[in-house]
Amino acid sequence: MATTEQQSMRGGAACLALIKRDLTLAFRSPGQIVNPMAFFLMVASLFPLGIAPDRDVLSQLAPGIIWIGALLSVLMSLDSLFKSDQDDGSLDQLLMSPHPLPLLVLAKVFSHWLTSGFCLTIMAPLLAIMLHLPADAILPLFVTLLLGTPVLSLAGAIGAALTVRIQRGGVLLTLLSLPLYIPVLIFATGAVNAAAESLPWNGHLLWLSVFLLLGLCLAPLAAAGALRVINE
Amino acid sequence: MLFHNLSFQLSPGDVLQIEGRNGAGKTTLLRIIAGLSSHARGDIFWNDLPLASAYADFRLASFFLGHKPGVKMDLSPLENMHWRLQLKNIQPVESLLCEALEQVGLYGYEDIPCSHLSAGQLRRVTFACLIASKAKLWILDEPFTAIDIDGVAWLESLIDEHATNGGMVLITSHQPLSDRKGNLRKLKLEDFAGDALEVFDGDY
Repeated sequence: MATTEQQSMRGGAACLALIKRDLTLAFRSPGQIVNPMAFFLMVASLFPLGIAPDRDVLSQLAPGIIWIGALLSVLMSLDSLFKSDQDDGSLDQLLMSPHPLPLLVLAKVFSHWLTSGFCLTIMAPLLAIMLHLPADAILPLFVTLLLGTPVLSLAGAIGAALTVRIQRGGVLLTLLSLPLYIPVLIFATGAVNAAAESLPWNGHLLWLSVFLLLGLCLAPLAAAGALRVINE
Repeated sequence: MLFHNLSFQLSPGDVLQIEGRNGAGKTTLLRIIAGLSSHARGDIFWNDLPLASAYADFRLASFFLGHKPGVKMDLSPLENMHWRLQLKNIQPVESLLCEALEQVGLYGYEDIPCSHLSAGQLRRVTFACLIASKAKLWILDEPFTAIDIDGVAWLESLIDEHATNGGMVLITSHQPLSDRKGNLRKLKLEDFAGDALEVFDGDY
């Protein structure tokens, strides 16, 4: 029998294996990565056509457009987070693993964020320039996305775990996740708007960090609990 | 209520075949024992400890094979074995993995995506994980599904060998198992059908 210390080290190895697996899967079917990014790009490029290609109007709307686009594309990609594992029986293997399930859930959420939220964050400055966001606000936008999109993945994981057995549970997943997304949206766009008006924006940022910490601590526990209950 | 007053004990070398008509609760029973379901009243013990306080040990030492193979279609058999074993706390060694794949008859298929394999071959990938996992307790739910005639005989000898080496097997199957080593027991779920208390005693 291995000692506790060795066990926990292998818990890390199991997480790494899971992250590697999910990333390999994402790269083998690139749609998983490209779809959210394409959606994000579409939202950002259709708004100027729908409203007015006016510089002042767009720069005012830009933080909201970009954040809502990011939020919706993360939401779209969440559906398959646990469902693909449920469909092929891998979820039973996760549940039967000797490692703590919340840890494995965290690993899955991390790889989900890398393939969705992180890519969107990298893309966002480009869209911000497209939408004439003031140059001062581009860094805040990037930072809010960097702090906020992991919260979207974490909070969404709870919804994804609760709807794992429901075929076409997308609408329910949206209803479950949106209330948790609203504070993130408010504070993130608040920070970017404040920065655009040259006001201090670190207060909003601290709130976003609080959400991220809360999400990191609580969401894996909640999602793991939901997976155990739903899979009975 | 599917069954009640059900009690059994498994010791090293035992093979317990759970029998019952369709819908009798064979899969339910196995999922309850595996700790995947708690829709039951009663106690399950592992090494004389209640299962709830020995989950980590139990999960380290057991292998659950369900209806679905638990194999990622976009990954190769070798890659699938990697993540399956690392979840079970086993550091995969390439040569051992290849050996296990050869044993299940998937030699030459190591690096082919599983989406190109047949249903029976996917099952065999799971068996390769089973062999490489070195688990003591095998919980096999209908393992013979989609397996060809040679494979059935091979799997029976694998179960026999595992039992001879001090392993334990819980199996549901409609297939009559050939009883070579004389430690095969059968449990008919119909004998326990009713609506009273359920008690389990899966001791080792």
